[in-house]
Amino acid sequence: MHQINCPWCGKRDEAEFQYQGDASVTRPKPNASEEAFFNYVYMRENPKGWHTEWWHHVSGCRQWVKVVRNTATHEVHTTGKPHDKLSKPKAGGRK
Amino acid sequence: MTTQQNRLPKGGQINRSKSVKFSFDGKSYSGFEGDTLASALLANNVALMGRSFKYHRPRGCMTAGSEEPNAIVEMRTGARREPNTRATIAELYDGLEASSQNRSPSLKFDIQSVNQLLGPFLTAGFYYKTFMWPASFWEPIYEKIIRRSAGLGRAATEADPDTYEHAHDHCDVMVVGAGPAGLAAALSAGKTGARVIFVEEQSFAGGNLCFERDKIDGKPAGKWVAGAMAQLRKMDNVKVMMRTCLFGYYDHNVMAALERINDHVAVPPEHEPRQKMWTLRTKEVVVACGSQERPMVFDNNDMPGVMLSTAVRRFVDRFAAAPGKKIAICTNNDDAYETAALLKEKGIEVPVICDVREEASVAATQAMKNGLRVELGVLPARVHGWHRVSSLSMQRLDGSAFGSVDCNCVAVSGGHSADVHLASQTGAMPVWNEKLQSFVPGKPTRAERSAGASNGSFALADCLSEGHAAGHEAVKAAGVKAGKLSAAPKAEKVPFGSIKSVWRCPGDGKAFVDFQNDVTAKDIKLAEQEGYVSVEHTKRYTTLGMATDQGKTSNINGLAILAEARGLSIPEVGTTRFRPPYSPVAIGAFAGHERGKTFQPVRRTAMHRCHEKLGAVFVEAGQWLRPQYYPKPGEDIMEAIWRESDQVRKTVGMCDVSTLGKIEIFGDDAGEFLNRLYINGWKMLAPGKARYGLMLREDGYVFDDGTTSRLANDHFLMTTTTANAARVLAHMEHGSQVLWPELDVHFCSATEQWCGVAVAGPNSRKVLEDAFGDHVDVSDESLPFMGIKEFNWNGATARIFRISFSGERAFEVNVPWRYGEAMWNAIYDAGQNHGLIPYGTEALGVLRIEKGHVAGNELDGRTTADDMGLGKMMSTKKHFIGQPMAGREGMVAEGRAKLVGIKLTQGSGRLRGGAHIVESLNDTSSAASLGWVTSVADSPATGTWIALGYMKGGMSNKGKKMYAHYPLRNEAVEVEICSPHFFDPKGERHYG
Repeated sequence: MHQINCPWCGKRDEAEFQYQGDASVTRPKPNASEEAFFNYVYMRENPKGWHTEWWHHVSGCRQWVKVVRNTATHEVHTTGKPHDKLSKPKAGGRK
Repeated sequence: MTTQQNRLPKGGQINRSKSVKFSFDGKSYSGFEGDTLASALLANNVALMGRSFKYHRPRGCMTAGSEEPNAIVEMRTGARREPNTRATIAELYDGLEASSQNRSPSLKFDIQSVNQLLGPFLTAGFYYKTFMWPASFWEPIYEKIIRRSAGLGRAATEADPDTYEHAHDHCDVMVVGAGPAGLAAALSAGKTGARVIFVEEQSFAGGNLCFERDKIDGKPAGKWVAGAMAQLRKMDNVKVMMRTCLFGYYDHNVMAALERINDHVAVPPEHEPRQKMWTLRTKEVVVACGSQERPMVFDNNDMPGVMLSTAVRRFVDRFAAAPGKKIAICTNNDDAYETAALLKEKGIEVPVICDVREEASVAATQAMKNGLRVELGVLPARVHGWHRVSSLSMQRLDGSAFGSVDCNCVAVSGGHSADVHLASQTGAMPVWNEKLQSFVPGKPTRAERSAGASNGSFALADCLSEGHAAGHEAVKAAGVKAGKLSAAPKAEKVPFGSIKSVWRCPGDGKAFVDFQNDVTAKDIKLAEQEGYVSVEHTKRYTTLGMATDQGKTSNINGLAILAEARGLSIPEVGTTRFRPPYSPVAIGAFAGHERGKTFQPVRRTAMHRCHEKLGAVFVEAGQWLRPQYYPKPGEDIMEAIWRESDQVRKTVGMCDVSTLGKIEIFGDDAGEFLNRLYINGWKMLAPGKARYGLMLREDGYVFDDGTTSRLANDHFLMTTTTANAARVLAHMEHGSQVLWPELDVHFCSATEQWCGVAVAGPNSRKVLEDAFGDHVDVSDESLPFMGIKEFNWNGATARIFRISFSGERAFEVNVPWRYGEAMWNAIYDAGQNHGLIPYGTEALGVLRIEKGHVAGNELDGRTTADDMGLGKMMSTKKHFIGQPMAGREGMVAEGRAKLVGIKLTQGSGRLRGGAHIVESLNDTSSAASLGWVTSVADSPATGTWIALGYMKGGMSNKGKKMYAHYPLRNEAVEVEICSPHFFDPKGERHYG
């Protein structure tokens, strides 16, 4: 079971969170094209390696937490609040 | 009772002062405290312990540990019966009852052992080849045959009376395995003060040490082990976990371990679990799981009495149980000479040592000096006997015969394989070491290191020094101050000599590779001939290594034979990846306390006891228990539903609606926030008014609906469907935290803070006037349709909503949760003069279907607002979630299935949810389906069966006669398509 560092609560068990998908997509402006919304709703990268994603702290503070996680190794690099700019490590890896 | 005729007069770690009685296959025996079932059976000269899986061949124990493939027994009886227990790790206790598996009617005479004669047909891929055709035979016939003949043991048929616990712990360093390397590691790590968890699968420490012959720090190994364990148990920072199998190595250094707390007693003491599942989180790991000896592959190598050399040694050294009186030894390395020396010391005859190697090693020379008969360049050819070895035929390397010896046990050593299971679970692929003839752990990918035999360092001195260093190193890596490394425990430097592998000793009989799954050398060669050349394919085709022992004793031999058949080297063929669990784990242990009533919480509303008193039948709605209906004596469910829904329309009914999701929303931008969530507008809603709202998902499909009220300019109360309460809250949190953090809005779930009762029917106002008239004015003028009021009821804040789901004049009253019972009783009592009855979820459903209101069955995630006839609600003046996607071509296409009403035209029969609407009964295929039925009701208001459903073309079908075809029962009834507003289509009654 992984541990995820909630910016509000500290390190917590993965079981307290609900995975909520890709955090790298941004909702288009209301007047954006149908295609822009289509891409927002449906189009996703499926990367092997570092991925920015949402983990909702449902059994904790109920905040949406941004997590940079490695999809191949499950290593969590960093976490942040919804509007934090989080950097991804260049290479995959774990110790 | 038989005597322990094979018990040696002296030695062993058993308590001879404490005799233990047990039974095996109904026969009584005695052993000593400290025995395992296997050692006690051997001491009683019982070699036959089971039958094999496929051929039902007689089998005895081959090992003395958890890798045992043969001696698999059922333990206990009745509800505690547990199959697939290895006799080699089952600790003996007074009254233990065990029975053998895979035999009928008895172990000595097994009918299915004729399978052996069918041997040529039961080869690799037998199941695939034989039970192939016809396909329709699979489920009813083939599967039953296979299940019956191939099952490994029988699970108990009654509920398990024992409990299982889950627990968590954390540490700096975890040391896995209490052999010499693990003990040295735990000691050096423990001495630094770091938090150490030390895990050992067996009940005793020492691993493969020979307690009497091995010397550590000048003492007999047994003394050293006892001293080390005492030292570790004294350290406050070290947690020693015996009888604990670390079975899984997961991400982030999370380990899963199973502690067998009460498997060594007949019945766990009161309030104690049988087993405990641990989730252990550690910074660093020292893997010291030791090694596994390999069997040799020769004809009849599965005969009871053929055992691994280290197993023979352990039985004699630890348990003073002699597996035989005359023990021949076959080896390809030096380790078995230790066994020979021990046996000689104990006065057990060793008629011959066959050594595959042609040159005498130091150990061989020493053995010859000691008067043992050593034959170099000699292999086992075949063992003979009936249910037990009686002699061994030998051969030279070229296959020519080399005489035979009488013996009743053959100790074999085909070399040692480092136990790379755990290290491999981390994803580090094992690397083949040609000199050792063993895989060794690959480069670590996690914070772990292997030490001792599991690292390929088989010599005792190396195990001790490596373990000692690894423990210290792990502490440093964990970021704990480690201090200077002290001197390691010492043992005499005896190099682990050479090894010469002959993977298949020449012969043409049955030579087993995987004993538990009955896979022979021939099977592997056949698989290769048939094209299954990849090791992963061979494994699946032959089932090699796929039994409960995970092929611990068979993987390397199998791989090597496959490599030979393909003319490749072992590393070229590669190995399969090991996966958890290391050894079998009972499902009960995974479930822990999460079973039966404690599987998940039960949510009851504040009025639950009122419903019970009224004789309600409850239904599960997610975790909630809701009253389904309240039967009168002699009434069946259909009659009760009819009566309840009829009565509501005639007089008045009350219904517990507490389970609806409730979310309180505050803030200056609360109206704007709702505008973005719902398809309809909210900013203009006046305080004191409620409105029906519909939400879409971002993809444009309908998400949820409910009534939301404005209590003040900056205060709303939203209701959601019971099922979607949690999802809607998460959706809103996404909106406020991620999409629009600039909005001034705050909200939280209030589902369990406010309970609610709906009061519906022509007399509802009178009932509420009698119940609450002193506190609030519920007249039409004061509280018109869709009006809301907050009032003080005996010191509690109460809310009353003039909303209707039934189409009748109706109200909903909310009070704080703890006043629920008081409110229910107040309304119920007041209603007695007005013909009030309680109604359940079924009648609630009938009433809303009669009105054509959509609910969960209609909100199936594939419908648009327009499909439900609510397209006009979509505001064009604002942006909301789902709006851009709701306009897509397919979402507004003409041919979409849309909400319709359906009614039965004939006098008999009924409608069923899930039925398909077809034009003609000549074609009821799915291609002919025009739509489907979602909700049905036997409706008092219309006097017939009615339904809601979706149909291509929607209301353009009005008046058409169709058929509702229900393939599960092969029923069809004639129906008419009509408006979904079956009752009071103009909506006059809820005003009236």
